[in-house]
Amino acid sequence: MNQVGMRLTELYWLPSADGISDTLKGLGRQATVHVDELIPLARSRLDFVQTQRLDRLLGKVLSGATAAEDPIGLKRLRLAMLGSATLDHLEPGLRVAALRRGIALEIFRGEYGQYQQELLDERSALQAFAPNIVLLSLDARHLAQGADVGMSRADAAALVAGRIEQIKATWRAARRRFSAQVIQQTCLPCVPAAIGSNEARLPGAPAALISALNAELPRHAAEEGVDLLAIDAYAAQDGLAAWHDPVLWHRAKQEISPLAAPAYGDLVVRLVAAQQGLSAKCLVLDLDNTVWGGVIGDDGLEGISLGQGSALGEAFAAFQAYVRDLSRRGVILAVVSKNDLANAQSPFDSHPEMILKQSDIACFIANWDDKATNIRKVAETLNIGLDSLVFIDDNPFERGIVRRELPMVAVPEVPDDPALFASTLADAGYFEALNITGNDLERTAQYRSNAQREMLRHAHTDVEGYLKSLDMTLQWRPFDRVGMQRIVQLINKTNQFNLRTQRYTEAQVEELLEDSGAIALQLRLLDKFGDNGIISIIIARPDDEAMFIDTWLMSCRVLGRRVEEASVNLVAAEARRRGARRLVGEYLPTKKNGMVREFYPKLGFEPVVEKPDGATRWQLDLARFKPFDHFITIKEDFA
Amino acid sequence: MTSADTLSEVSDIIRDVLDAPDLPISRETQAIHCEGWDSVNHINIIISVESRFGIKINTAEIEGMKNVGELVDAVDRKRGAR
Repeated sequence: MNQVGMRLTELYWLPSADGISDTLKGLGRQATVHVDELIPLARSRLDFVQTQRLDRLLGKVLSGATAAEDPIGLKRLRLAMLGSATLDHLEPGLRVAALRRGIALEIFRGEYGQYQQELLDERSALQAFAPNIVLLSLDARHLAQGADVGMSRADAAALVAGRIEQIKATWRAARRRFSAQVIQQTCLPCVPAAIGSNEARLPGAPAALISALNAELPRHAAEEGVDLLAIDAYAAQDGLAAWHDPVLWHRAKQEISPLAAPAYGDLVVRLVAAQQGLSAKCLVLDLDNTVWGGVIGDDGLEGISLGQGSALGEAFAAFQAYVRDLSRRGVILAVVSKNDLANAQSPFDSHPEMILKQSDIACFIANWDDKATNIRKVAETLNIGLDSLVFIDDNPFERGIVRRELPMVAVPEVPDDPALFASTLADAGYFEALNITGNDLERTAQYRSNAQREMLRHAHTDVEGYLKSLDMTLQWRPFDRVGMQRIVQLINKTNQFNLRTQRYTEAQVEELLEDSGAIALQLRLLDKFGDNGIISIIIARPDDEAMFIDTWLMSCRVLGRRVEEASVNLVAAEARRRGARRLVGEYLPTKKNGMVREFYPKLGFEPVVEKPDGATRWQLDLARFKPFDHFITIKEDFA
Repeated sequence: MTSADTLSEVSDIIRDVLDAPDLPISRETQAIHCEGWDSVNHINIIISVESRFGIKINTAEIEGMKNVGELVDAVDRKRGAR
């Protein structure tokens, strides 16, 4: 059974929206509600009560809009839900899941147990409804009618064959009348076993009969062009208790618990979306700590975790294998990584344990732009809509910024453990498919060549609002013994965002503890997602009237958040306090720190000298320095 | 958590399920006093309470409950017994 927090019924891959209950309450009090206010809620984690409340709001919006003018911008579809038990509690989950995928779903619910008559009667209300989709939600007890533990094997087999014929007749009636997509729910294995593990040895037992029906359905459904809704498999994955409550069956003939209704709706609508061509087409991958463990720019080829040798490395390899399988069945792959291109590509070219190859990636972007901008480029390059992209990134900051800037891109909440990345993607069902064709299997190659022809164009995105909303605090304190281990680690490990790449031993760093003239700062960044830990180290020593910046390094995890601007304000203030008139900075080029070549000029430093080896020296006049604007509260963190 | 806290949380659940944010609820409130509290929503309220408090209320108890106060008492009893 899946642990709590990782069940389909919890829609755990969707981000939780803060204060969603209050938002729903507020919208309920508004005189008019627009559908654009509801879509972001539908894309958030909702329990069944929240789903019902959102559905009521949606009902108000849809009843005010007529199909002809269609002001709401949703695709309108009609679904007939036919069954043999109580189904009305499943409707809100279906409509909200449809809204999640840009569909306005109108539902016709058949009379309890009347589905065969309704399909056959030309004057029934169902005929007038003319559904695009017929969902056959037949409960297990209904389908297992006639089961008897005393039956012979032959009689049980005949019963199964007869029941399959009945189901097929229902499918054909639906197809003949409506040329609709027909979806057949598999039997929920909700009846208890009479003998146990070897239930099939008692072929007439209800549980054995249900297993036999479920085993038969895929072949017949494929022959008849019917799509299966495999709730037996999903319930088995979650644990039956998350989907079925015998108390509710007896009280209200609800075979599927209302608690599972939001997930049920999502599973059905995935099939509808696949049929309508609305499934996602492209998976956009972050690299560091998503495709391999560690940071390639800092850790190097030998330092990243990937493949045999560690549990972590194996988990990343398994995720790559899953992604490659997605690619082979037609999902396009793209890469968006904050890295130098050469660094980002090096594992693809040279790491022996890489399963993904560059030829699997249709569009490969590695630079230091923000990810929303780069994801736009992916969509433009591949010439597909942003709403057909799924972006996977281990970093909650990057997920947050992409969700905010590009709300139409699906961004799953991935658990911290890479061992769970593949199952999260699978559970989210973005890439639901019904038929796999030869064309699917060739797709990545096609998109890749298109991408190579197309020029990349820049698209700008305004991230200031997002940065403001992050409530960032930069906590600083002088070097101390508590932080020593992390300080020494950062000084010796950081390769990319490191201006002079000076390496120091612990003893050398300790000397700075006693040196009151020097500036030796450890910076910690906090935001609404939590504590990013110590992310930057700055060391400056007095040199005549100037303060010479010996070390300035930062973790690439916090790039693009104006930490640099906040930090230079802080360093300038600290230098002034010590009587300095100028800040002097130096850039010493290495193979890996090209990204900070322009660091000092960007912060307003004037050039002093450039040496033939590429080293540059810069200075900042503190009397004329005007502090930068940023969205970070700077706070001294007293020990 | 006191019984008053339980009453307050149970009342919030009932208001959410019935989508009636301003509904006054006391221990004496009965289903027939509340618009929309039909048999379907009754189930919704019970399973919401069960999942919120991590308890299971059995069929006989549900049948016997006369008002919100008895639901609150059942919650407190089961939470205490865990």
